[in-house]
Amino acid sequence: MGKRVLLVEDEPNIIEAIRFILNRDGWRVHTHSDGRDAVNVVRQTRPDVLILDVMLPGKSGYDILRELRTEFAEAELPVLMLTARGQMKDRELAERAGASRFMTKPFSNADMLEAVRSLAGA
Amino acid sequence: MARDTLTGSRIRERRIMGGLKQADLARRAGISASYLNLIEHNRRRIGGKLLLDIAEALDVEPAMLAEGAEATLIAGLREAASDLPQLDVELDRIDEFAGRFPGWAELLAERHKRVMALERTVAALTDRLTHDPHLAARLHDMLTTVTAIRSTASILADSDDIEPEWQARFHRNINEDSARLAETSQELVRYLDAVDDRDAGTDSPQEEVDALLASHRFSFDEIEQGSATPEDLADRIGGELSTVARRLLRAMLEQSAADTAAVPYEAGIAALRSHGPDPFALAPVWGCDPGLAMRRIAVLADPAGLEPVGLAVCDASGTLTYRQPLDSLPLARFGAGCTMLPLYRALSSPMLPITTLVRPTGRIEERFRAYAYASPLGPLSANMPPLLRAQMLIVPAPAASSQDAAVEVGVSCRICPRPGCPGRREPSVLSRGL
Repeated sequence: MGKRVLLVEDEPNIIEAIRFILNRDGWRVHTHSDGRDAVNVVRQTRPDVLILDVMLPGKSGYDILRELRTEFAEAELPVLMLTARGQMKDRELAERAGASRFMTKPFSNADMLEAVRSLAGA
Repeated sequence: MARDTLTGSRIRERRIMGGLKQADLARRAGISASYLNLIEHNRRRIGGKLLLDIAEALDVEPAMLAEGAEATLIAGLREAASDLPQLDVELDRIDEFAGRFPGWAELLAERHKRVMALERTVAALTDRLTHDPHLAARLHDMLTTVTAIRSTASILADSDDIEPEWQARFHRNINEDSARLAETSQELVRYLDAVDDRDAGTDSPQEEVDALLASHRFSFDEIEQGSATPEDLADRIGGELSTVARRLLRAMLEQSAADTAAVPYEAGIAALRSHGPDPFALAPVWGCDPGLAMRRIAVLADPAGLEPVGLAVCDASGTLTYRQPLDSLPLARFGAGCTMLPLYRALSSPMLPITTLVRPTGRIEERFRAYAYASPLGPLSANMPPLLRAQMLIVPAPAASSQDAAVEVGVSCRICPRPGCPGRREPSVLSRGL
């Protein structure tokens, strides 16, 4: 069975599209849409790659990532951050929070696929 | 201050700048040195042929000596020059420039003001784009929808083997998302259209009010006669102002109405004429505090037939909340003013009436009497230090005081030439000029 991706994103149609792309590529895709309990879901799901949106209801992606990296010692988990703002300071924030990669919306499906593949292989 | 009373001062400044001795200039103009001395100290009026001769001897336009150049214009030019210090602007001849080409000088100063205003607009718009939460939320919505559409559309375009049910689902998603995108974009356009252009203006609300008050010469008959409420008057004359500025204006007019009730027009003018514009002498006569006396003098000096006076009010942070400037003693338009102003001294000695002579920096013989006074604003509460407000009234001093020691004050450090000033915050970009 293929590797597992957890997608934390609150926009249903984006979830559907990403799930479709990754499924076709042989990934098992789990999804979650709430920021508040996202940390627990990550720890229970134990995915090979985490795709994390920045703007989530309840808690920001930065905070979730910071918590994972510092409090739960998830230092190895590859994380791809998604944000609708591509400014320098967002990139910096993501890096400081411990993101492995950073992708701005809208992205191309090919880039998304490539990013997830390379994160899983790394 | 009537301008022609200072012709002598300008002759003296010009002469000293040109390195001429009094005797030399007197000889060239065909008069005695002692007579020239009287002229230079504004004790003799000068005009006609003698003025032309002296102007010729000093190599300046006669009009420049007779009228001088407006201090505000000079300050404006200095500000313009200070923005481009790398240019070798002839600052030592700024007065001459303003005197000989008043139109061009005015144009330059106005252009500079406009540039500054536009720069602030750009900054305000950038702020709006960066910090407007509504705008940010809309844009985020749009990008999210676009992301979904782009992803879904490329799935449909790139894969030829999609199951029919998935295909139908993605078509439906795109349809939904495009409808949502259309709605969000329209909302965004509506929002941008509806933004109150006046609030997006270049002036701060305080500056708007300052300009409006200046255009009404800081006095309102309706308030003096009690023929209109501050609220109605603010609505009537403040129609063009932004919402915040109108609120400031109304508060200002309410204060004026209260002041007028305490010191009515006729009685105020009568006392002002007999005592002169001294707020500390008038306060007991009017039975009010010195701050109120200053505000009444600022309004009543003109109808009482006195020379124009200036009034500045600042809050405890030193920010000017009211400015009624004098031509020859301009107040900083934005940013911090001159720390040497007695206005600020008053803040450190609340309830102490302060009076001192001041002179605008670089102008050798003009003197003004400044009265400053700081008092608590609003009711006092137990164990809480009071919030202070300081006021300063500026009155032209008689020519006889022109040689007396006076505190040298400027507009703001950048354009102030005063050497060795203890209050200097940043270096002046000026060489020593007139």
